[in-house]
Amino acid sequence: MTFLRSREAVLTGALLVLLALIATRFPGFIAPANLAAVFNDTAPLIILALGQMVVILTRCIDLSVAANLALCGMVAALLNVAFPGLPVVVIVAAVTALGAALGAVNGLLVWKVGIPPIVVTLGTLTIFRGVIFLISDGAWVNAHQMTDPFKALPRSALLGLPVMSWCAIAVIVGTAVLVWRTALGRSFYAVGGNPHAAVYTGIDVGRTQFTAFVLSGALAGLTGYLWVARYAVAYVDIAAGFELDVIAACVIGGIGIAGGIGSVGGAVLGALFLGVIKNALPVVDISPFWQMAISGAAIITAVILNSRTRRAKGRLILRQTEGHA
Amino acid sequence: MTDVPVLALRGVTKTFPGVTALDGVHLSLFAGQVTALIGENGAGKSTLVKTLTGIYRPDGGSIEIDGVPVRFATAQDAGAAGITAIHQETVLFDELTVAENIYIGHAPRTRFGLIDTARMMREARSLLASIGATLDPATRLRDLGIASKHLVAIARALSIDARVVIMDEPTAALSQKEIEELYALVATLKAQGKAILFISHKFDEIFRIADRYTVFRDGQFVGDGLMADVDQDQLVQMMVGRSVDRVFPPRTHSPGAELLKVVGYCHPTEFADITFTLRQGEILGFYGLIGAGRSELMQALFGITKPSKGVCRIDDRISVIRSPADAIAAGIVYVPEDRGRQGAITALPIFQNVTLPSLRRTSRHGFLRMAEEFTLARTYTERLDLRAASLDQDVGNLSGGNQQKVVIAKWLATQPRVIILDEPTKGIDIGSKAAVHAFMAELAAAGLSVIMVSSEIPEVMGMSDRVIVMREGRMVAELAGAALTPQALVRHAAGIGADKTKVAA
Repeated sequence: MTFLRSREAVLTGALLVLLALIATRFPGFIAPANLAAVFNDTAPLIILALGQMVVILTRCIDLSVAANLALCGMVAALLNVAFPGLPVVVIVAAVTALGAALGAVNGLLVWKVGIPPIVVTLGTLTIFRGVIFLISDGAWVNAHQMTDPFKALPRSALLGLPVMSWCAIAVIVGTAVLVWRTALGRSFYAVGGNPHAAVYTGIDVGRTQFTAFVLSGALAGLTGYLWVARYAVAYVDIAAGFELDVIAACVIGGIGIAGGIGSVGGAVLGALFLGVIKNALPVVDISPFWQMAISGAAIITAVILNSRTRRAKGRLILRQTEGHA
Repeated sequence: MTDVPVLALRGVTKTFPGVTALDGVHLSLFAGQVTALIGENGAGKSTLVKTLTGIYRPDGGSIEIDGVPVRFATAQDAGAAGITAIHQETVLFDELTVAENIYIGHAPRTRFGLIDTARMMREARSLLASIGATLDPATRLRDLGIASKHLVAIARALSIDARVVIMDEPTAALSQKEIEELYALVATLKAQGKAILFISHKFDEIFRIADRYTVFRDGQFVGDGLMADVDQDQLVQMMVGRSVDRVFPPRTHSPGAELLKVVGYCHPTEFADITFTLRQGEILGFYGLIGAGRSELMQALFGITKPSKGVCRIDDRISVIRSPADAIAAGIVYVPEDRGRQGAITALPIFQNVTLPSLRRTSRHGFLRMAEEFTLARTYTERLDLRAASLDQDVGNLSGGNQQKVVIAKWLATQPRVIILDEPTKGIDIGSKAAVHAFMAELAAAGLSVIMVSSEIPEVMGMSDRVIVMREGRMVAELAGAALTPQALVRHAAGIGADKTKVAA
């Protein structure tokens, strides 16, 4: 845990250095109001990264989050168009449940059929995108078709922050409590850290992975509504490729892709790091290609840091086997 | 015939930290003869094979080929000297063809340095034919059965012109018909003048195919000679030796009332008709050869694999255990043999490892309470004298012995009634063994019932109140008191005097 703490410290430091560099070119960026806006803009990434973190902790991966988001967003928009009188809260609850159900499909295929998660979610990613096309006939749902309350909720301010930001904060707190203070949270780490040992401890590995997928799916469903309502448009390709940003945020945040290692703070900081780069570089007049290069460099740096710690662990195991022979 | 041995070991010694695996052993292999290497588990047979094949370098003594001392720096050196081993689990590549497996690393080349596929196929075919195998060299290995894979391994051994062939329990995984074919093959190899080292626990096959024997015990050479000059009893006597001179903790408490009763446990492929009882405070030993189905039975008792039939009763409650969670709830815990892989979660701190199966007790309204967790973890790690800077430390940073203590603390924290220890002292040095033994005696004295799976006769003899011997998935004997002798254990486990054991099963 000490290492994780230091990982978060390193990330916080990197984030501060990044902000300082940006401030030299564009001081207005670090004004509190602007930082709040950046946080708000990064909220979907934070929410999805937390869902993804839980999945990665259990040695799985969920490539279908962005497609799940898009499908749930489309369903939310269509529900709003078809039943303008339906309270927004009901729509949010419905698409969150739908997202959870889509996540459950992933989870069941991994748990009961035993297909590798990367294959399962690659398949469902494509299927979900296809379903959006089927239910929307490929048409866009535009701002003028949506009701005002539907569009207003993510933007409406509460204690000075938009509801979208509050959603992210709630998910951060909720995930932190889940991961740190419940038996289920502990079993995510156990399953990813050593699945064999987890079995002997009485933890059902498949069921735990299933739960992680359901959680990731539910968060994707919630984000689907937030996304569509905020941008006031829904179409087949929204958030295309966003799953890679989500995984990148996790990797930068020090979530070990081999499972069992990671923290809520890391995932949030990883997402914020990407969010700051994305928002700041255009303002300081750096081309989007540099943005990609910087994100890529951050990912590789993070992976090097991860693998260095893992190598040290490998040496310990070796010494043990030597004595064993 | 018995002039200069093809391969001879003279006074070879190999030590590991804390353990002397081979202590000045001798071994001679002669051309055209099968030498059986006999010894209990832990006698040093595997170490010997690794020394012969250049994986380990001996610390003392000499290896001679045709009377000339040699040194194997690498496994390649041993291969070049004509020594080849066919391992228990054959080391081959499932996705490659038979021919590729035979010739990998030394395939015939064309003029341009590319692999000459046609010639490789041709040579593979004739090589397979020479050992009487009718395999198509173009078949992929994964489509073959275990016996055929053995044939490929043997063909591979012959393709590098082996003079010495080491077979390490080659029949352990074979069916009766495949075993007959293997015997025929051994005869063929003998006729070709190869020197064969045959490692086996099965007395019937040793007497059937071996010409000579060599017996090891606890890493020491005990004796050798011609098979024609000994009988089974003499061999058993040599394997077991005289009295056990290791010290075991005294057992003052006598077992109490019956706690666990297992009735009619059956598994479609691994074990059948298992019925036994366990009393409170008793240490029940399970002895048998490796592969006798002991670990598989324990895993079923713990709910990891499900038996197809059978129930167990704890106290007076009948329980059907379908999952490890059920077993833990019923008070049964299992400390697996492979503690590294199946024991601790190295990326989690000590206290979280200890409390992992007991989280229900340390939480309230579904939320974990860290303070309770620390208290629980401290109680049990202190009892085991765990040395760690802080309970917040990751288990991965602890030494092997301390990791083991974390695993045991984890199980004790669940307050079990029955603790199953699978090979509790395998691979640890003598000092730590004594500590584990003392601890087991302490657990039993505290009223815990212990099931100990062990392949070491001294440990089984020294620790158990009662011993169940398993062979080929069945209980073949239950020994206690005066009937519990090393000879009886070996006889039942190896199936000597098959008539008697059939009645018992």
